[in-house]
Amino acid sequence: MKKLFVFLLCLFTISAHANEAPAEEGGVFKPGDMITHHIADGHKWEFAHGVNLYLPVILVDNGQLNIFSSSNFFDAHGEEVAHKGYVLEHGHVYKANAEGEPIEGHAGLYDLSITKNVASMFLSVALLLGVFLVIAGRYKSNPGKAPSGIQSFFEPIIIFIRDDIAKANIGPKYERYMPFLLTIFFFIWFNNMLGLMPGGANLTGNIAVTLVLAVMTLLITVFSGNKSYWGHIFATPGVPVWLAPIMIPVELIGIITKPFSLMVRLFANITAGHIIILSLFSLIFIFESLAVAPLSVAFATFMNFLELFVALLQAYIFTLLSAMYFGGAVEEHDHVDDMGHGDGGH
Amino acid sequence: MELVTPGIGLIIWQAVTFLIVLFLLTKFAWKPIMKALHDREASIENALSAAEQAKLEMQGLKAENEKLLAQARLERDKILREATEAGNNLVEAAREKANQEGARMITMAREAIDSEKRAAIAEVKNQAASLSIEIAERILRRELSDPKAQQELAQDYVREVTLY
Repeated sequence: MKKLFVFLLCLFTISAHANEAPAEEGGVFKPGDMITHHIADGHKWEFAHGVNLYLPVILVDNGQLNIFSSSNFFDAHGEEVAHKGYVLEHGHVYKANAEGEPIEGHAGLYDLSITKNVASMFLSVALLLGVFLVIAGRYKSNPGKAPSGIQSFFEPIIIFIRDDIAKANIGPKYERYMPFLLTIFFFIWFNNMLGLMPGGANLTGNIAVTLVLAVMTLLITVFSGNKSYWGHIFATPGVPVWLAPIMIPVELIGIITKPFSLMVRLFANITAGHIIILSLFSLIFIFESLAVAPLSVAFATFMNFLELFVALLQAYIFTLLSAMYFGGAVEEHDHVDDMGHGDGGH
Repeated sequence: MELVTPGIGLIIWQAVTFLIVLFLLTKFAWKPIMKALHDREASIENALSAAEQAKLEMQGLKAENEKLLAQARLERDKILREATEAGNNLVEAAREKANQEGARMITMAREAIDSEKRAAIAEVKNQAASLSIEIAERILRRELSDPKAQQELAQDYVREVTLY
């Protein structure tokens, strides 16, 4: 057990040797490459130039598991080299040929590495669990008393989610959706905030993460859909039967577009925020003048404050829309019949 | 394109981690927190309704007191009125009695006076009768001497007699 722990620890190795940032290859600054590099996932966590946390690489190659530190992919000068027949190219692991060049295609190779985003997510999860288990402890230790400390900071938010998001949009059955709504709200908010920290990963601006969150919302919506929800999809009240061949596909697409919009909205908002801030800083290097710096910093600071707000706003919007979709799925449509009768004269 | 292509590794890690976090937070944080919030709200609600209840009871008691007080006041007024009435009645009765007594005494006095008067008149009559008899006696004694003188004498006697 201890050996395993030491092994796992070795997988996270910090190196402080200078390595060339890919964006500055050839001495010409390419802001596009730099920004893409910063918002993309990676196998090492670069806190500052040359200060790297090498993360474990976990590869499943045709059913065979391969675990090693990503530091093996870099030589003493920070150049990318092949290791165990694999090579890192633009943040992706490829099989390498005899010369150490990557071979096109991913046939049978799955990269399940603890990437920068995964590591950042673990950090946020530890933070989430730490914060909310402490808060839950406070509620247990002084029941019925006024909240204090960290508890009084989060209590209004929890009550807001319960009263203004869940109760308002889902109705009397809100209680069973509360754990999910609270978890996505705080998960998104915490990760948005961590992403704004210097050296932070762009987790909530990664489409894979927002995809998973949106799929969860989709699954919960679909599985909690009641008779009237499905009734609206397969026999929309007030619509003549001959329109069904058009209506049913449209409604089915509607099921998918709702979570799709959730996925894209969060991804695009957070990524755009990162791109704007990075672009503002890039201006300094594009003009190659320190005189631009004050302006850049001023704008970037402003954007950062805006992003702090967006971090909260996007968490709120994701949670609110999820609650609305759940509400639509469990709503009892007593007025449906009336509508049907009203439009019955076609 | 790279940016909008979800990586399989991250999808798996995210799904697994999120589900674990969802489970752990639900079990150890959200359930106790929601329960504590609910309990606290219920206890506040109870306290408020109890206070409202107490207020209502207080109002009821106050109204009761007021009613009792009003009743007592009414009672007192009634007693006072009755007492005054009784007093008045007593005075009236006394006055009536006094009047009656007075009237009775007056009648009695009148009767006494009347009887006195009658007695006096009777005595006068008797006296007059006896005087008449005396006069007649004296006249009879001088009867034969002089009829003229007799008359004069009779007139003298009559003049002498003063009715008192």
